[in-house]
Amino acid sequence: MADTHCPYCALQCGMRLTGAEVAPREFPTNRGGLCQKGWTAGTLLTSAARLTTPLVRTGGELRPASWAAALDLVAGTITRLRAEHGPDSVAVFGGGGLTNEKAYLLGKFARVALGTAQIDYNGRFCMSSAAAAGLRAFGVDRGLPFPVTDLADADAVLLVGANPAETMPPFMQHLTAARDAGGLIVVDPRRTPTAEQATLHLQPAPGTDLALALGILHAAVAGGHLRTDYLAARTTGFDAAWRIAAGAWPERVERITGVSAADQRAAAELLARADRAYVLTARGAEQHATGTDTVGAWINLALALGLPGRAGSGYGCLTGQGNGQGGREHGQKADQLPGYRRIDDPAARAHVAGVWGVAPESLPGPGRSAYELLDALGTETGPRALLVFGSNVGVSAPAAARVADRLSTVDLLVVADVVLSETAARADVVLPVTQWAEEDGTMTNLEGRILLRRKAIDPPEGVRTDLAVLHDLAVRLGQPPDRFPAEAEPVFDELRRASAGGPADYAGISYHRLRAGEALHWPVPTAEHPGTPRMFLSSFAHPDGRARFVPVDHTGPAEPPDADFPLQATTGRVLQHYQSGAQTRLVAELTAAVGEAFVEVHPDTARRAGLADGDAALVSSRRGTVRARVRHVPTLRPDLVFVPFHFPDEQRANLITNTALDPTSRMPEFKVCAVRIDRAEART
Amino acid sequence: MTRRVVVVGYGMAGARLVEEIRRRDPAGARVHVTVLGEERHPAYNRVLLSAVVGGSMTPDAVRLPRPAGVAPRLGTAVRAVDRAARRVLLADGSTVDYDVLVLATGSRPWVPPTEGLTGDDGELSAGVAAFRTLDDCERILAQARPGAPVAVLGGGLLGLEAARGLATRGCRVTVIHPVGNLMERQLDPAAGRVLARILTGFGIELRLGVLAAGYLRGDGLKLDDGSLVPAELVVVSAGVLPRTELAEAAGLAVDRGVLVDDELCTNDPRVHAIGDCARHPGTVAGLVQPAWEQAAVLADLVTGADPAARYLGTPVVTRLKARDVDLAALGEVHTGPDDTEAEVLCLQDTVGGRYGKLVIRDGQITGAIMLGLPDAAATVTQLYDRGVPAPSDRIALLLGRSGAPTAHSPADLPASALICRCNTVTKGQLVTAWRAGKRDVAGLAESTRATTGCGSCRDTVRGIAEWLAATS
Repeated sequence: MADTHCPYCALQCGMRLTGAEVAPREFPTNRGGLCQKGWTAGTLLTSAARLTTPLVRTGGELRPASWAAALDLVAGTITRLRAEHGPDSVAVFGGGGLTNEKAYLLGKFARVALGTAQIDYNGRFCMSSAAAAGLRAFGVDRGLPFPVTDLADADAVLLVGANPAETMPPFMQHLTAARDAGGLIVVDPRRTPTAEQATLHLQPAPGTDLALALGILHAAVAGGHLRTDYLAARTTGFDAAWRIAAGAWPERVERITGVSAADQRAAAELLARADRAYVLTARGAEQHATGTDTVGAWINLALALGLPGRAGSGYGCLTGQGNGQGGREHGQKADQLPGYRRIDDPAARAHVAGVWGVAPESLPGPGRSAYELLDALGTETGPRALLVFGSNVGVSAPAAARVADRLSTVDLLVVADVVLSETAARADVVLPVTQWAEEDGTMTNLEGRILLRRKAIDPPEGVRTDLAVLHDLAVRLGQPPDRFPAEAEPVFDELRRASAGGPADYAGISYHRLRAGEALHWPVPTAEHPGTPRMFLSSFAHPDGRARFVPVDHTGPAEPPDADFPLQATTGRVLQHYQSGAQTRLVAELTAAVGEAFVEVHPDTARRAGLADGDAALVSSRRGTVRARVRHVPTLRPDLVFVPFHFPDEQRANLITNTALDPTSRMPEFKVCAVRIDRAEART
Repeated sequence: MTRRVVVVGYGMAGARLVEEIRRRDPAGARVHVTVLGEERHPAYNRVLLSAVVGGSMTPDAVRLPRPAGVAPRLGTAVRAVDRAARRVLLADGSTVDYDVLVLATGSRPWVPPTEGLTGDDGELSAGVAAFRTLDDCERILAQARPGAPVAVLGGGLLGLEAARGLATRGCRVTVIHPVGNLMERQLDPAAGRVLARILTGFGIELRLGVLAAGYLRGDGLKLDDGSLVPAELVVVSAGVLPRTELAEAAGLAVDRGVLVDDELCTNDPRVHAIGDCARHPGTVAGLVQPAWEQAAVLADLVTGADPAARYLGTPVVTRLKARDVDLAALGEVHTGPDDTEAEVLCLQDTVGGRYGKLVIRDGQITGAIMLGLPDAAATVTQLYDRGVPAPSDRIALLLGRSGAPTAHSPADLPASALICRCNTVTKGQLVTAWRAGKRDVAGLAESTRATTGCGSCRDTVRGIAEWLAATS
């Protein structure tokens, strides 16, 4: 029997494993609750679909191979490509589900063993816009700069583009008080299970969230709710932000968003009149080509109401992936070094190079962002090899058909995974690795708390840890063995030193303290430091200690609907599946509940397209067509359809999504694109 | 070489144009902009003047953003345009040369020929104010003390916004409107009556279908029915006229506005006009939305950002901005329910202050009035603007969200009803577990995992257990 945490989302629910049997465990984030994904998480530990031997493509097919043969092939090809085409010919793609130790060692492996700038990860597709906006406004990005349990005392909570009732169900317990007080406001183009619980559901047209934030800010100012004392003492830049919001009076915003002026005013009043209020954003606000500005607009609202940095109130981002927070701090991001340092900062380079025992000038500079990296594969100037750890880019990247094309052009595609994901199935070499309960490692949850997930059971024979794989490859590439430890704790101890003095400072955290049950939220600069559960109470992280308003304006979706593609599509999750579904689609209980892609359509729109509930439909954009079963949803806008993104092959929602990128975060516009819907005549 | 663009007028349209130009050409590499503003104030948002009068905004809060790299020349009146020399002549005798001239001169209030409203010099008399500029607002606010009698001349959109704002401040407001129906262009008579009742409820007195015959300072307005409306202040809001003198004197084509085509070009290819002073067949003057859309198109053209940009018109949606009055109107509002060509729905709740009307042709909304129906106002406007067909349930569209869905009793739910979403547990599974001996929430949870996620279904699960106990 061992205490651990759920392998899926950033809530990191406490659970207890007995063999492969899961039971819920009392923990602050989940208060003893588990959703169906959590309850069934043990299934994969004993699944027959589990990879237990390396696979190497020979004669066009993946065939079992020895570890030595597989690793020799990988290292040999990398060595040849590096010699022929330079270090940037080899790229690395990581994931937000990897432990801190893996994320750290992967970044180090790329920069030191490969010497490549070409590393990024799937968190670029998740939290990057909120991260960029948080950095801009507060000088540091920690998803929730307060413990999640603080939310339970709130009178009002504004959730923007978040559907925790499906994406992290036990989280909803923390919103009970706000809901019962009549203060739960949900912004979502769909009437989700979360929106159904709201006091006030604001249903904007997709891609107009920024305008809505401006309208509510305008209403708050007109209602006399501006916290001028707070603005003067703790912020800069309100005037420039207000000049834009002044032009967004609620009636004008109503015309852009479809949210009534009355509801905008009601939202402003609910937030302003609450003693304790929070603004929380998630993927719905962030996954746009204007995601950073959109989050910035909601932060502006929170600042105008004086929420951030006030005990019992605040702004936060609901991180999605299990280690979405830690994964964005320790160097698997294209522009970053451990400790949430910038790779173009000379002082940061010198510090990290010192810990790594290499010359600062040997470290590469910033590389391509996730989609740009995938899109460059196999091109004249792009990478010729790709190593993928903990990600299923063939399903999760936008314009999935194009990404699949790019993957097929590289000389070497290596995928380290637990199961044969859709991306692994395309690989030249597949490396079977351990999963959550079979290894030690730390995760940083949505509130910036570092959790130790200890090994609970032995992995199947033939499976190695990602750390061991990186160690083995590094050695084959000529690195000293002790530079890439294969065990988690020594890697963490090195991470502590590398992060020391950085914004995400883990220096004072040790496995010893975590084993003793200490609740440590970063920064924890020394072994005596108690951690920082609540940030910003006395100052923000900019040099002047103030939060910054950023002047942002609404521009709308990158691809407006037109005569050929008259509808808009948005994508998202269902309760039963996680991310690309590579894991959850292998759990029979989950696929029994939701086993295939569906498309939610307003009954009127469906009828016009000749689609009955349950019919097979084709949803097409300029980039491709996804096949999905029709669900009539009368609460949907008639010009909107919704497709979940967990399904493979012709059911991939990302066949249709838009690759337009946010200029700052490089986030693709997953949340809105122009489509049409037709009957799938054959095979219905 | 940079193009010299001279913008005459620094109001909503002119300021927006400059902002849009700078957004496309931040460094001024392609376009050099000169802005000439007649008012002393930096540009401000005229739409919010009713908020200033109502007291929810300060004059400072309604200033428009100042575009980087452009210094507007305020208090600068233009006397003439010499199109042959491509030069504008300023009141101080100096000149400015242009490659492209943009007229954004806006409009001026129309003052009815009521005796005494204006003096011999043509200026408004003491105690009379227009409602058009920040200076007007200052004049109004100087006299709008609580309890002061105020007459508002004009029961159109702006007049009613001013009246509501003044009533909010505690003034005793009377609105005088020459037509028998408020906002008669945007509302049918029934809607006008409901609106009148709402406004009366806020203490605003309405004198409809009467004309002001004369103004006597100290007394007020004498009406043509012989009655007197006492007023310390008269606010004139009887409509606006496009300011076209400059264009006319320069020989440009003018007909109730400077005539422009889809490139916002006058009959001189180097001279453009936007906003209230311009007349484009695709929209009406007096609203900000067309002016801002025109500014974006013209910025595309003059910067070369998109030479194919065209202004094709703006569908007009009228939205009254008055506290506690929610009114939107669009398209053909006067089509009646007996019209055989169109599908017309009407919903009238005079006492409740609500009125809804939808005009639908070929499934598309072509006209609507929504008074006291904020959800419908928002939704219908979106459908109208985006050309999305009206939902088949027309009444639901008008009602919007009308109350919460009724709670089901456990007996009414089908066996397939999802009770615990977090763990995909149906009523049927709970019934099966209960029959197998799990008689309380804890037992049902242990057996089915219902309630073990977010816990919000606990009451429902308990209700099902109790219902089963009571019925078996």
